[in-house]
Amino acid sequence: MLMKKASEIHSSEVTPKWLYLNRRKFLAGVLGVTSGALAGQILRELAWPSQKALAQTKLNVAGKSPFSTTEEVTSFEDVTHYNNFYEFGTGKEDPAKNATHFRTSPWSVKVSGLVDKPRTFTVEELQQLAPLEERIYRHRCVEAWSIVVPWVGYSFNVLLKEVSPQPKAKFVAFESYYSMGQMPMASYAGIAFPYVEGLRLDEAMHPLALLCFGMYGGTLPNQDGAPVRMVLPWKYGFKSIKSLVKIKLVEKKPDTTWNLSNSNEYGFYSNVNPQVDHPRWSQAKERRLGEFFRRPTLMFNGYDQVASLYAGMDLRKNY
Amino acid sequence: MFALCLVPLGQLAWRALHRHLTANPIEYITHQTGDWTLIFIVITLAVTPARKLLRLPELIRFRRMLGLFAFFYGLLHFSTWIGLDKFFDWADMLADVRKRTFITAGFTGFVLLLPLALTSTAGWIRRLGGKRWLALHRLIYVTAIAGVVHYYWLVKSDHRKPLFYGALVALLLALRVGFWLAARRGKPMGTALEPKLTTAETA
Repeated sequence: MLMKKASEIHSSEVTPKWLYLNRRKFLAGVLGVTSGALAGQILRELAWPSQKALAQTKLNVAGKSPFSTTEEVTSFEDVTHYNNFYEFGTGKEDPAKNATHFRTSPWSVKVSGLVDKPRTFTVEELQQLAPLEERIYRHRCVEAWSIVVPWVGYSFNVLLKEVSPQPKAKFVAFESYYSMGQMPMASYAGIAFPYVEGLRLDEAMHPLALLCFGMYGGTLPNQDGAPVRMVLPWKYGFKSIKSLVKIKLVEKKPDTTWNLSNSNEYGFYSNVNPQVDHPRWSQAKERRLGEFFRRPTLMFNGYDQVASLYAGMDLRKNY
Repeated sequence: MFALCLVPLGQLAWRALHRHLTANPIEYITHQTGDWTLIFIVITLAVTPARKLLRLPELIRFRRMLGLFAFFYGLLHFSTWIGLDKFFDWADMLADVRKRTFITAGFTGFVLLLPLALTSTAGWIRRLGGKRWLALHRLIYVTAIAGVVHYYWLVKSDHRKPLFYGALVALLLALRVGFWLAARRGKPMGTALEPKLTTAETA
């Protein structure tokens, strides 16, 4: 076989001779490798259907809560394998795999800012501040799916009262744990870390706002925000910050991660509101995990008791 | 080759059988079929450059099948949205196509594939005439771009995958610009990349 010699063709532009001579083998090789890889993936899934990161310790739950819904609780499997925890990867099943070795003990939470009694609490100290209740809440993600989770914790206002907020304090700023070493996937998330969130002080004082240490009777699995997180059932899920390390009382409205990332789509309040669409999808309905049909989304996710917090506010503007 | 193209579908079916479609099966099926549509579009677009660069003209015999598989997975993706996600709520779907730009882009890409799938037979090539047929089938360039845009607009913050598909589509389209420029300068097809390609790539 002759390679045409033409002076105007640069040598690098010519298909290498070995590749040209072996093009059928090359093609067969590509096909072989592709099918091999696919077959391997299938075999791997056959052998190890799903990896689990479900180390839970039982918690002493003192009682049930009148705030609990009677709706059917979502399966533990779904709640622990369908997570948005971008520090551990952006795929829904990534956190269950990547948070397995996340170190959650020892752990402390620093409470500072405009308070009379600033203090750093260990998780164990926090758990002693009040009896732990089980609260079965609806949890609505901004991505239009929802779950029902039996959380364990107590009203966040218990902690606030413990540190005595000063009159100047108007907002509460929250910060998640972050370390590149433990969270190497975080650099691909496309949002800035550490993850930060915030509430108005009166929102944070509302008894529905839960300081949460567990779910399904045990401690929080790593992928669900261990060892301590917030749960705000009337707001979209991303407001409920996970793996909490810092709480600061402040005078001015604090930054919040998704608002910094895209302020048109994620506001400071982010109350569940079926009438105000996310610019890219409707919020009128949601898919409850485990159900086929979408169900209508309720105002404040059905927690009407918070409505008075927003009396007189235009919730289209304050989304 | 045909069997290989069915592997993604087989994998979905296998996972469905073993109830391993994640906690949100409809979303999972939608994402998988969407991914494979884009992958098949990219592979289809790669046939012509591969024929020229590797001097393997016989690869042409796979192109129609690959293109039809792109359409097939696109159809599955689209039907998942209609039948499973929206459950035939036409008013809601129309509202989405009008209001949600990422759905508008995806819908456009899919609709443009329809005439290509319909005219994929030898009979249609004859009826249309080679030149007109070729011109019509360049619509796949628009579909490829619409598909990437659809994906890019959909994701919340991690743009790695849509950007990866975008880079592949850009490269494959740039190669065509390179071939076209080469042909215009009177060189025989297949003498491969012109230096101009680098400027085309950035365009």
